[in-house]
Amino acid sequence: MKIGVLALQGSSEPHLQSLRNAGETPVAVRQLPHLDGLTHLVIPGGESTTLWHLMNLFGLWDEIRERHQAGRLALFGTCAGAILMGRDDGQYPPRWGVMDADVARNDYGRQSDSFTANLPLTGLDGGSFRCVFIRAPRFVRVGDELEVLAWNEQDPVLVRGPGFLAATFHPELTDDPSIHRLFMEVDPSLAHRLDSLPVTGR
Amino acid sequence: MKANDRIAAPADSTKGSFEVKVGLARMLKGGVIMDVTTKDEAKIAEDAGAVAVMALERVPSDIRKEGGVARMAPVERITQIQEVVSIPVMAKARIGHFVEAQILEQLKVDFIDESEVLTPADGANHIDKAPFTIPFVCGATSLAEALRRIGEGAALLRTKGEAGTGNIIEAVRHLRLIHKEIRELSVTPKDEWMARAKHLGAPYHLVAEVAESGKLPVPNFAAGGIATPADAALCMRLGAEAVFVGSGIFKSDDPAKTAAGIVRATAQFEDAAVLVEACRETGSPMRGMSMESIPESERLQTRGW
Repeated sequence: MKIGVLALQGSSEPHLQSLRNAGETPVAVRQLPHLDGLTHLVIPGGESTTLWHLMNLFGLWDEIRERHQAGRLALFGTCAGAILMGRDDGQYPPRWGVMDADVARNDYGRQSDSFTANLPLTGLDGGSFRCVFIRAPRFVRVGDELEVLAWNEQDPVLVRGPGFLAATFHPELTDDPSIHRLFMEVDPSLAHRLDSLPVTGR
Repeated sequence: MKANDRIAAPADSTKGSFEVKVGLARMLKGGVIMDVTTKDEAKIAEDAGAVAVMALERVPSDIRKEGGVARMAPVERITQIQEVVSIPVMAKARIGHFVEAQILEQLKVDFIDESEVLTPADGANHIDKAPFTIPFVCGATSLAEALRRIGEGAALLRTKGEAGTGNIIEAVRHLRLIHKEIRELSVTPKDEWMARAKHLGAPYHLVAEVAESGKLPVPNFAAGGIATPADAALCMRLGAEAVFVGSGIFKSDDPAKTAAGIVRATAQFEDAAVLVEACRETGSPMRGMSMESIPESERLQTRGW
């Protein structure tokens, strides 16, 4: 297993630090050769429009999707990363369409509506996780094959699917590496192409 | 899930904390924040990959040329900019003008820049930033100034540089000085921290925090004089975590290309091959000014303390 963090823009350094805290030796991914040998890749928070722009510019956009769909690269999208993984619904920026879910940008409002909340997490040993939501997106539909691991009232905020994990908050901004540990348990070979799937879920 | 089922955060959630303010600052890292004066400019900035835009009445080089009192941007202009872009919208308030800041908070801008580029409203005091629900960015020329602004509640710092000149020398000086002062403080023994705090004129608890961690408690970006992709990369190499570009984009001969080139260079600032590509795609930069041509009394970086 070899884990990387996309490091073109946004919250890359806190993710690298969280992974080091979890005992990993992650690599920063800025260019195509950095993907070699990777089995797991974190797509951090940042601006989704900027991240899309830069991944496209440096040839990473198609390559990451292809590696994921070929079962070679597990993905963990947080905030902007989760937006980019969702279903491509024609809105700007384009989405990878690797996760059967619709993720609406900035859906809790502007920065004045950014918040923290202590939320219980399925699959972690007891207690809650302090979730930091920054101009957060919202899961407005989650497909049937996705497992919701945490809710904020009626909103799924952490989901697990075949070959991926996605969160609308920022687990890298708190000291607790347990969600990063969950990601390391994700099996990249379970990922599959989504375009053959019907749109399902709530 | 239907739209009318949705509610905002749960009752026990916390908004407006220092943690969520610094959180947004961290999301901007590695990005380019571009000064814009109209919604059309804002759209050009977003399409070029800007991580945020800064709404203001006039870009710094025009303020420098035209003189007069420079104030917060007109409210309707800010609203128009918020309507056309989905990235964060920042806006400038005058130093000490807490009512302009309250108006910007009411407009729900994402970040307020208490900026020396505008004409100061208070010659003695900066805004008490902690009570606001939205984060502030402030300029700093030294560690002491940086810690005073954090003490007032700033969630992000930037160098002052010398805005509107297209000349990078002052931003470089501020970056190097702040990092030198942090390095010195990190090897200062604990029994000298209070004397350092007295000498710097900075809050003791922040002096102690920097001495222990060897870094600032909030991100520090570069601003003031960035005109080319190479300027942006230079600031990143010197430890800036992102860059603000003011006059450098919309006073160049091809703003869209210059914006894209600076975005490219900032993301891959250590790779000279990428920097060559960034230079190739960029238009001619603004002409720029030497520091010798600007009398001390007209330097924007001397505003605030």
